Amino acid sequence: MNADKETLRRIAHLARLDFDEKEEGKMLDSLNKILTWVEKLNEIDTSQVEPLTHMTDEVNVLRDDEVKEPLPHDRGLLNAPDKDQDYFRVPKVLE
Amino acid sequence: MYYLSAIKANSHLNVFLEVYEAEALQRAQEIDRKIAGGTQGRLAGMVVGLKDVISHQDHGLQAGSRILEGFRAQFNATAVERLLAEDAIVIGRQNCDEFGMGSSNENSAFGPVRNGADPSRVPGGSSGGSAVAVQTGMCLASLGSDTGGSVRQPAAFCGLVGLKPTYSRVSRWGLIAYASSFDTIGIIARSVPDAALLLEVIAGKDDYDSTVSQSPVPAYSRQLRLDEKPRIAYIPETIQSAGLSEEIRQTILRNISSLKEDGHRVDAVVFPLLDFILPAYYILTTAEASSNLARYDGVRYGYRSTPAGSLESMYKSTRSYAFGEEVKRRIMLGTFVLSADYYDAYYTKAQKVRRLIKEKTDNIFAQYDFLILPTAPTTAFRLGEHTEDPLKMYLADIYSVQANVAGIPAISIPAGKDQNGLPIGLQIMANRFEEARLLAFAHYLMQHQ
Repeated sequence: MNADKETLRRIAHLARLDFDEKEEGKMLDSLNKILTWVEKLNEIDTSQVEPLTHMTDEVNVLRDDEVKEPLPHDRGLLNAPDKDQDYFRVPKVLE
Repeated sequence: MYYLSAIKANSHLNVFLEVYEAEALQRAQEIDRKIAGGTQGRLAGMVVGLKDVISHQDHGLQAGSRILEGFRAQFNATAVERLLAEDAIVIGRQNCDEFGMGSSNENSAFGPVRNGADPSRVPGGSSGGSAVAVQTGMCLASLGSDTGGSVRQPAAFCGLVGLKPTYSRVSRWGLIAYASSFDTIGIIARSVPDAALLLEVIAGKDDYDSTVSQSPVPAYSRQLRLDEKPRIAYIPETIQSAGLSEEIRQTILRNISSLKEDGHRVDAVVFPLLDFILPAYYILTTAEASSNLARYDGVRYGYRSTPAGSLESMYKSTRSYAFGEEVKRRIMLGTFVLSADYYDAYYTKAQKVRRLIKEKTDNIFAQYDFLILPTAPTTAFRLGEHTEDPLKMYLADIYSVQANVAGIPAISIPAGKDQNGLPIGLQIMANRFEEARLLAFAHYLMQHQ
């Protein structure tokens, strides 16, 4: 696989990351090296194999639906970079 | 307190991000009173450190990252809650690779940790601070996390015991997530009995983690006698590999022959997927990481960059500034393999290979109790030696990732030193939920080496 700069920019946008020109070149170079390396997996025939998606043996661990004290409001807002009395604050979304 | 003076004397190793001196001393006094009254818990007075990915209420928590600048934990991880309930003393939080991503502890926003055996060398990673803390007597044991070897490899580099339990054995409530189908809380200690006792305390079901195993927790610390001769396997390629240092090779071979001399059955077994474990691991862990780390957006906690403009530019600017290079690389790789055009070719493919690796690993444990292999291909390398080439750094985990890919328990124990005086680690893997026998065998090996 050889990802190009356009692909890198598209992926960066999906990941909500920005790279400047210099970082872009370096990131692209290392990503392409890693992608080439992981393509080794194509040497294995997996046409008859189901993907493994769950690692525990636990199925539907249920509990009683009891009301418990959740994280109190003030503790929830404790680490907010910007907040008012009740809410997290962010830059304006609608003009 | 002895530990506090060791912390001060070794500050150049950059191990602790915060030390809770006054709190630890006060707690020591309270526990002394409990001991006098005979009401102390099972860990009374045991001084432990926490890797900076484990939540400890009202204390700092940053995953070695700028993106969690100023973060204070709002609750205790279940593992921490259980340590405190048994009267352990938490002495501080320990430096690590950012979000557990690294094998040398050089990817920390707080600078690298140095190895106590030789400060020009790395301690391993990602739980590097947690290992050096125990190595240099700053605490008796540490809780770290192990996604691909992050507890075992630093334990090997620092001459310690590093235990990665079975996937789902220990609750992860309060553990900062890296790759959720791999992550486990692990233990770094000086001795197997210490590790066994700690596991006994922290393991088991938990209302706050629906992925944790409901199966009962054995009294590991009281089952450390090896009651029968185990059947032991090794994979010849792991020992013949050209990338393995000669001294480590000789150490593993010596252990195999002395086990044979003592009448144990030790067989070479075939495992044809060795070269595929790391590539599968990197596709799956980066995919999971890109999803887990999406939450760091500058809205609810941690660092926020405030450029002029939209919410989206706030997200991008925050994340681009505050994540380190390796974390960004893994987020990018993970986003790539999960993107619509490449999902099947990379992500689904790796999940299929994971099933094959797990099945072939299970086949070994259908016939054998333990698998012996090196913990890492080299002893501690120099700072800066692998930082230019991410792929070289990834290869440091070549022997440890199998346990995480297959979800099985593994332990690294000290097995001598190389000619530079650097510790060598020997690794043992066992079948799922066989920690009791794994610990007993590790204890036996440490006494018989």
